[in-house]
Amino acid sequence: MAVKTSQMVEQLELWGCIQCGKCTGGCPVARKTTLNIRSMIYHMLVEPEMDVDAHPELWDCTCCFTCVERCIKDVEPAELVIALRGQLVESGRIPDTIGTALMAIFRQGNPTGIAREDRAAWAGELEIKAAQEGCETLYFVGCIPSYDQRVQPIARALAQTLTAAGIDFGTLGTEESCCGNEVRRMGEMGLFEMLVEENSELFRSVGAGRIVTISPHCFNTFKNEYRLDGVEVVHYTQLIAALIEQGKLKFKSVGVWGKGVERVVTYHDPCFLGKQNHVFDEPRAILSAIPGVKLVEMDRNRERSLCCEGGGGRMWNEGTNLEERLAFQRVQEAADTGAEILAVACPFCLLTLEDAVKVQGLEERLRVMDIMELVDLALE
Amino acid sequence: MASCPTRIGIYICHCGVNISATVDVEAVAAFAAGLPGVVVARDYVYMCSDPGQALIRQDIEEHDLNRVVVASCSPRMHEPTFRRAAEQAGLNPYLVNMANIREQCAWVHVAGTEALVASAVAKVALLEPLEAREVEVTPGALVIGGGLAGMVAALDIADAGFPVTLVEQSDHLGGRVAELHRTYPTLESVTELLEPLIEHVQSHPYITVLLDSRVAEVEGYVGNFEVTVGKLVDWETGEGDQSTNLPIYQVGSIIVATGYDVFDPRRKPEYGYGRYPNVITTLEMEHLLQAASTGESLISNLQSPAPKVAFIKCVGSRDVQVGNPYCSRVCCMVTAKQAHLVKDLLPEAKVTVFYMDVRTFGKGGEEFYDEVRKKGILYRRGNVSEIVRRGERVALIAEDTLLGQPIEVEADLVVLAVGMESRANVDSIATLLKLPRSSDGFFLELHPKLRPVDTAVDGVFLAGCCQGPKDIPDTVAQAKAAASSALIPLLRGTVLAESATAVVEEELCAGCGMCVEVCPYGAPALHPLWNVSRINAVLCKGCGACAVTCPSKAIRMQHFTEEQVLAQIDAIVMN
Repeated sequence: MAVKTSQMVEQLELWGCIQCGKCTGGCPVARKTTLNIRSMIYHMLVEPEMDVDAHPELWDCTCCFTCVERCIKDVEPAELVIALRGQLVESGRIPDTIGTALMAIFRQGNPTGIAREDRAAWAGELEIKAAQEGCETLYFVGCIPSYDQRVQPIARALAQTLTAAGIDFGTLGTEESCCGNEVRRMGEMGLFEMLVEENSELFRSVGAGRIVTISPHCFNTFKNEYRLDGVEVVHYTQLIAALIEQGKLKFKSVGVWGKGVERVVTYHDPCFLGKQNHVFDEPRAILSAIPGVKLVEMDRNRERSLCCEGGGGRMWNEGTNLEERLAFQRVQEAADTGAEILAVACPFCLLTLEDAVKVQGLEERLRVMDIMELVDLALE
Repeated sequence: MASCPTRIGIYICHCGVNISATVDVEAVAAFAAGLPGVVVARDYVYMCSDPGQALIRQDIEEHDLNRVVVASCSPRMHEPTFRRAAEQAGLNPYLVNMANIREQCAWVHVAGTEALVASAVAKVALLEPLEAREVEVTPGALVIGGGLAGMVAALDIADAGFPVTLVEQSDHLGGRVAELHRTYPTLESVTELLEPLIEHVQSHPYITVLLDSRVAEVEGYVGNFEVTVGKLVDWETGEGDQSTNLPIYQVGSIIVATGYDVFDPRRKPEYGYGRYPNVITTLEMEHLLQAASTGESLISNLQSPAPKVAFIKCVGSRDVQVGNPYCSRVCCMVTAKQAHLVKDLLPEAKVTVFYMDVRTFGKGGEEFYDEVRKKGILYRRGNVSEIVRRGERVALIAEDTLLGQPIEVEADLVVLAVGMESRANVDSIATLLKLPRSSDGFFLELHPKLRPVDTAVDGVFLAGCCQGPKDIPDTVAQAKAAASSALIPLLRGTVLAESATAVVEEELCAGCGMCVEVCPYGAPALHPLWNVSRINAVLCKGCGACAVTCPSKAIRMQHFTEEQVLAQIDAIVMN
């Protein structure tokens, strides 16, 4: 399918590109697929048409936005990927698994395919206020934490921790729908805009002054892409770090694993939290505050953290290269620091890195845990 | 206010076709002829030309004109031209007014021509003659900065026979150039270039060098500056000694030659500067090369006889992300030079330069680039995206854009070609001298093409990298240019002061001091005994801030009085 380039070049301001190569140079998937975003931008500039069908590697992009972060001319290369995906979505030429996920989001408000009615089941025995009754902080759980069994304990842990800290919060229950972050990145603009409108209206009616999310993906889109005037959007690590500093959370003095027991922990910066939103210090502050945790850094930390390949729709699309998963390299890097625990702050990172640990046979050496799980274990 | 009836001559310029293409100039002239006080109304193709000016002079004589209005381009273009023409015919130049019917009418729309013309006529009828004022100039100059630019400028002024005070914040002369080992494209020793220059400055009978010093206060105006100089107290803020009884230097011209800082690569954390000891800047490399020339090994703990050295260009330049969108001009040559020197010291070394562009302009520049590549230094196109650790070495993660492939290149040493920035501690100088900056942070020259060393402040000139990144030849050229401009008032002995200044009517003045607070030029001052404000006519630029602020309406702006402005407004409204 031939896409006319000139309009997109105008809209995305691609003429700003001087072809320096920092984008492709920093792209984590460029070395294992044919995706070359710089070359694609050049093609858009010099050719009148772009045959999007000839580029299945467009679906390999994880939307880590390293290219956007590195670009010295303020061009946003990843937005070209998203725009071209949009063209493919409009013409219905998308990988089946992505189509299925999008349809599920449209129908059931989440990509897993499980019914909306079961969205609040993660809470189990916990009694959580319905946000619709009014609350100061809206606890936006997110699709994966709501439905995925591995991640549900984290959702519960956050609820319990917020209660322990005396925060007035509530959840939307079965009225909660997908935030749409991945929807936009998969190119489905129509569905994204619908979600933004419906969710914004729902948040307005709740009237909370603050929204806290488990996933950095939800955090990113609420903070940067929705227009929630007057509402403070935070990731849970920012809130927990603040609560620790304010003395509202007390950790067991004997530490997580008992008196005198220290475990080496390393932290993986999620792309949507670190690279894109520059939240590097709060997760580390939490880990450093937990007695029993000995925090070490990987070489590739903070701005150079290696993408786990979970974003940009990759949770529902294997991509063109199944062999060299970046998550394999990442868990190896974690193990090489001598760490026993690889701490994460994103449900996608949790799932992809845990999977990689199993495939690489590192289960005896390395355990992947969300920061929330460590906090939960450490609290009195 | 004129005691005799005004006789106004008005000239509507065609400006070739610039005005006449859209404005009916003949009709406007006919309209103007009917305005009160107008005795002559003409239209002509080019008023600024010699015949055009002759027309004005002729009419002044023949028709006994005592006011002139030229309806043409912006006064910024030709006000001096028409004032001169009037003066030549014996008419006070301040009795000339202009109506801008080009930029404000013909070039944007047509309506309003008559209103503008009527308003100019209404004002000119109320204008009064003003006298040009000359002030004496103190024969001496002050140069701020003892680097290359400062020294070269000081020498030229001193050689012309005037005393120069050279203020330098550090404990030595030579500035940034003194930190360099070799200079391109000749690769000659910088020490050999600089030492005679420094010696010449230090021994010159007309130059006084003040080391460890900062300018603490500046008062006065072109031709009559009073500069207080104290010892440097805080390097970071540039704060100087603020105690009393500091020496005051009287000078006629000031040259600012404060130089530059290099970009701090910690602002690009993906390069690992500060984390990895094998990632350094070109400035640090220069120190290493200097040390290596005296026998030290260039790269300590060398694992192999063929070390890999990589240069990354454009670090902190051409980069909107860090707020430096400009090119730093010198880094391409600096990189080529250092690559050449590394290869000279370590012939087996593999040297790679990562670039986006190669800008080796100037005499011998392109030839030097050719020579460097012939030595086997590899230029790979691709701006490095990040640097990671690889054992004892580091690895550069980039794309070779000409191959169209991502690459990883290991290196024992990485040199970042850092850009230039305006010095962090010159805010105090900028404030004291009221110097504006361009958007890139460097000091702003008066005109980017035609006035490279002048500033918005008369008598203050710029030289060297404080005005923008440049290499040694350009620095020397600009320093000489600044010296030349600074010498003009010194050689003439007098300067002309602005005539259209503010005047205080002392009977109305309440001595509140608000004009003193609001003036950006320090022109008004309250008389210590009589508590009325007096405005120094030489410092005053006629901006009008005081007149607007004065609660007693005691200040009158010559050439822009209330009566004149109100008459303009009335004329506009009525037309």
